[in-house]
Amino acid sequence: MSLKAQIFVECHHVGFRREDKTVFSGLNMAIKKGQITAILGPSGTGKTTLLKLFCGQLIAATGEVLIDGQDIAELNRVDLFKLRQRMSLLFQTGALFTDMNVFENVAFALREHTRLPEHMIRDLVLLRLDSVGLRGAADLMPSQLSGGMARRVALARSLALDPELILYDEPFTGQDPISMGVLVNLIRQVHEDLNLTSVLVTHDVKEALSIADQVFILAQGRVIGSGTPEQIKQSDDPLVKQFLYGHVDGPVPFHYPAPNLTEQVLHHD
Amino acid sequence: MINTLAQTGARCLLVCQLIGRSGVFLINILGWGKGFKAPCHRVIKQIHHVGVLSLPIIVVAGIFVGMVLALQGYSILSSYGSQEAIGQMVALSLLREFGPVVTALLFVGRAGSALTAEIGLMKTTEQLSAMEIMGVDPFKRVFSPRLWAGVISLPLLATLFSLLGIFGGAFVAVNLLGVYEGSYWANMQGSVLFFDDVIKGLIKALVFAFVITWIALFHGWNARPTSEGISQATTATVVQGSLAVLGLDFILTAVMLGGF
Repeated sequence: MSLKAQIFVECHHVGFRREDKTVFSGLNMAIKKGQITAILGPSGTGKTTLLKLFCGQLIAATGEVLIDGQDIAELNRVDLFKLRQRMSLLFQTGALFTDMNVFENVAFALREHTRLPEHMIRDLVLLRLDSVGLRGAADLMPSQLSGGMARRVALARSLALDPELILYDEPFTGQDPISMGVLVNLIRQVHEDLNLTSVLVTHDVKEALSIADQVFILAQGRVIGSGTPEQIKQSDDPLVKQFLYGHVDGPVPFHYPAPNLTEQVLHHD
Repeated sequence: MINTLAQTGARCLLVCQLIGRSGVFLINILGWGKGFKAPCHRVIKQIHHVGVLSLPIIVVAGIFVGMVLALQGYSILSSYGSQEAIGQMVALSLLREFGPVVTALLFVGRAGSALTAEIGLMKTTEQLSAMEIMGVDPFKRVFSPRLWAGVISLPLLATLFSLLGIFGGAFVAVNLLGVYEGSYWANMQGSVLFFDDVIKGLIKALVFAFVITWIALFHGWNARPTSEGISQATTATVVQGSLAVLGLDFILTAVMLGGF
């Protein structure tokens, strides 16, 4: 297999601005097929934006985003929707459809994209729900689920159509230790079982380093460090170190840019 | 001076942008060129939401508007000794004006605001994004059925409103005010024309329905994804929807009566 074929998602010099703020400038990244890739970075560095660029919900201002060799900006709506059926994004909040119960949520993509008979859909949905441990919750409405359960249902839903690429947006945020452990295990398990390419966007360093094959650290609109978890841990870059070990002050300053304190306090006019 | 000018200009640009966006939004819903399809069962489900659930308010309002029309009409007509014409007056004002317009105004408040809030919430909780990423087009799945449900429901509701108003008027005129029942109905039958009154009223209702549902869906889709954004969008739907109904009513009436 050539090197090119092993790469699923590729960013070349991607630049993106939101209003007056530069989110990315000259971002380069290559995500390999069949691996778990973690994209780490402080809050507000545009990690979610990056996932939306991968899905073609946002289009990069400069540079290109290639998914499986196709430039996502050049696809028309029909081809884009076709490509999206091969990938899946797990939202931070789960984004379950609030007017349907758990079963219908998981069945949604199957009903929309296939013409399977009802009994088959039922079996597939129950199998998916079983794999995330929530077969018993099939009849509950999303409002009756805890945050961790909602994310597991969302995971089952995004796996319904057997995607090749799955993107997780902050899967661990706001979880208690138990459901955190459950999610880490699930992500690893479905990755192996379904032969997926998984991309995690997160700021939970410990969990990410424990399951990722490859890590990218984003800050200031570009990749400041990349490699295997081992390589990242041994990085000398002060910014990478600050982020990994949570130092209060460093290249990312504790203080928001402001004029000198003495001057501001003493010389007010 | 320059500043005021610049601000006015900027505001005008924003309005133009909004109009353009809503136009593109509508084109996307109608699926221009690709052939519009909305599965029947989804449209029916939405008709339940926007139409059937609006029934109570329409029924009550229809009966009361008809009864009030009869009371007012009687007090005016009886001073000319022509209270026998009351059936005609009630029917014509309901079919031509009150039916479509009052129903549309109630529809904005009841169904339009609900649509905006629902879509706004779906956007805020990323359900629309989730759908898009699952390869399902929310324009087809979410917006189209709702637009058609609105377009189908409002004319039906307006017809029901007029019908109940006429019976409400009959109750007051005949049973309370003592107008001869035969003249109430016969005068009405003699003066109401099917095309000029009934069909033209329905055309009005149809136009209102289309515009209201469009405004409501657009504001939901365009809402800022915060609770404050949704509340503003809902308000905007009610205000702009009501104004659009009243403005369009004038234009449609002018065109239909051909008074110019």
